[in-house]
Amino acid sequence: MRWLKIIGIWFEERLQIGDAIRGTVAHRVPRESASWWYVFGSAALTLFGLQLVTGVLLALVYVPSAAEAWNSLQYLNHSVYLGWFLRAVHGWGSNFMVAVVLVHMCQVFLFGAYKFPRELTWIIGVFLLILTLGMAFTGQVLRFDQDAYWGLGIGASISGRVPLIGGYLVQLLLGGPIIAGETLTRFFTIHVFLVPGLLIGFVGLHLLLVLKLGINEWPMPGRIVRRSTYFQEYHELTKKDGVPFVPDAIWKDLFFSAAIIVSVMACALLFGPFGPGGYPDPTIVQTIPKPDFFFRWLYAVLALLPPEMETPVLLIAPVIVIGFLILLPLVSGAGEKSWRRRPVAVITLLVLAVSLGTFTKLAAYSPWSPVMDAWSGDPFPVAYLKGRTPLERQGALVFQVKQCRNCHAIGNSGGQRGPSLDRVATALTHDQLIRQVIQGGGNMPAYGKNLSPAEVTALVAFLETLHPPNQPAARSAAQINGAAADHGAASAPHQIEDE
Amino acid sequence: MSEPNDSEVSRRDLFTKVGLLLNGLALAILAAPVFGYLLSPVFRGRREQYKKWVTLGPVTEFPEGETRLTSFRSPISAPWDGDTDKTACWVRHIGRERFQVFAVNCAHLGCPVRWFPQSGLFMCPCHGGVYYQDGARASGPPPRGLFEYSYKIVNGTLLIEAGQLPTLSNTASLSERRAGCAG
Repeated sequence: MRWLKIIGIWFEERLQIGDAIRGTVAHRVPRESASWWYVFGSAALTLFGLQLVTGVLLALVYVPSAAEAWNSLQYLNHSVYLGWFLRAVHGWGSNFMVAVVLVHMCQVFLFGAYKFPRELTWIIGVFLLILTLGMAFTGQVLRFDQDAYWGLGIGASISGRVPLIGGYLVQLLLGGPIIAGETLTRFFTIHVFLVPGLLIGFVGLHLLLVLKLGINEWPMPGRIVRRSTYFQEYHELTKKDGVPFVPDAIWKDLFFSAAIIVSVMACALLFGPFGPGGYPDPTIVQTIPKPDFFFRWLYAVLALLPPEMETPVLLIAPVIVIGFLILLPLVSGAGEKSWRRRPVAVITLLVLAVSLGTFTKLAAYSPWSPVMDAWSGDPFPVAYLKGRTPLERQGALVFQVKQCRNCHAIGNSGGQRGPSLDRVATALTHDQLIRQVIQGGGNMPAYGKNLSPAEVTALVAFLETLHPPNQPAARSAAQINGAAADHGAASAPHQIEDE
Repeated sequence: MSEPNDSEVSRRDLFTKVGLLLNGLALAILAAPVFGYLLSPVFRGRREQYKKWVTLGPVTEFPEGETRLTSFRSPISAPWDGDTDKTACWVRHIGRERFQVFAVNCAHLGCPVRWFPQSGLFMCPCHGGVYYQDGARASGPPPRGLFEYSYKIVNGTLLIEAGQLPTLSNTASLSERRAGCAG
């Protein structure tokens, strides 16, 4: 013990930071802020530490070369002792970090903690969020499988939409004309040197501000933030009703951080590492690229936006969102902090959460994409063939072989790009079916060139059987009047004009 | 030596300012090579043209009336590129010496489109873009038809001008193709 004391004194004489540490540790925080709601920031810091350590460990083996990256990940997964576990912890740690950072941000927003004098703390937090998402994206690139390769292609395509300098931006992003070796090394540099360095700097600044300005007090309805009196009020609050950070508040942070680390390890053990997926060979076009979980909502938005709005939204929306987040504390830096008195804030957050959740959920089964193997993989429902004429059965064959199934479900299997056709005959008449097949329209390609008249006749005959037994097929007035539609209509395809 | 007053610049002040200036100058000189290095992918592209004529193989490999997947090595590549310097493309042999060579990259966001000969359509797995056999946009989010390489036939061999990832601002080599109905 005496030894320890002597060593301690030796260092303190030279470092002279004992007072600063004691002051930091014992600084008084409002009693109500020593709450379970205030543990997310420290949890994010813990996760960042975990990512730094596991990241350095993975870098011991990982090879940032387009030729070898994928192999080195396989080697990590299968040949390095516990390499798979380290990869899994780093991957799950990334997911947890994005989630915890988002929760932290929502809590700070709802508790009005971004208001005076903590505006700068919030703005730095916005940069931390962007950097965290940047780490998640670049980390996915370093996995360098097919998803990573085509994800880079999407990044390049978005950059290519920037007016005037788009082409140069693509070359800068990729480090050359194509996605190749230099693309991976620059993303490696961003993921391993650049962004972590920035993160360490900004996290330090963020923490410094938290210590300097004190943790946000529990928001009480009616306790208004005024720039002229805030410091005095906060000082009085911590004096009158404050507790020392250590030990009164920190034990909750410690408990939660430990729980987070254990959860990350549990996920890593149960679910294992992420990929790598397919080998990154651009000539393998039989691939269905999908982004990682936290970018799924974007994947959905890109599919659902009307084409003409896409470029403006892609290029302008991020500027508006980031601008809004940065300006928020500057514009509404005073006033009510409590969420009970800020209905617009609560509704905004709810709408955002529900929208992002919906898009993420939609992206899980991507109804906008054709199911590429439905025509060859999904069995044809037998019930739809029973008691049908040879012509109608021939039509069913056409339906399957011409890949109609890739976009249209029948019998609950097939694509969801177009409407399911189980009841199509109740909605379209004979002539309307012919027209739709030949001319397309409403997002359906025209099949006029790729179907012979006989095929169209058979296909439409089959489609006309698709109605419930108790509900007759739609018929035009002409059909009802007995002047039955001419079955030869298909043999004279209409001249189709450009739209 | 007179006492320095507020309006006078002292020797040390002057030296500090000159020192700062010297550092600024040094940094400015250093900035030139740094930016040149960072922007080299752009300069290189302007200097030696990323696009070059590459061979796809003898014309006989592409039967008339069919659309086939083939691939080529990128004209600009590094030894550590692995297989990423390979590029796939769809070759449509219309008849005789008439071809269309499409990039696999969807004009929407670059995912690889697949050809379905039975229905004569290219379909994209990502966001549901669909194209006709001549590359014209059929449906979905793409703002235009498929990117098309220029081609030529030399001694019975098909060549295309390629080497750069096609995007909306760098359209492989292509003539603009309007979205529309092929009929």
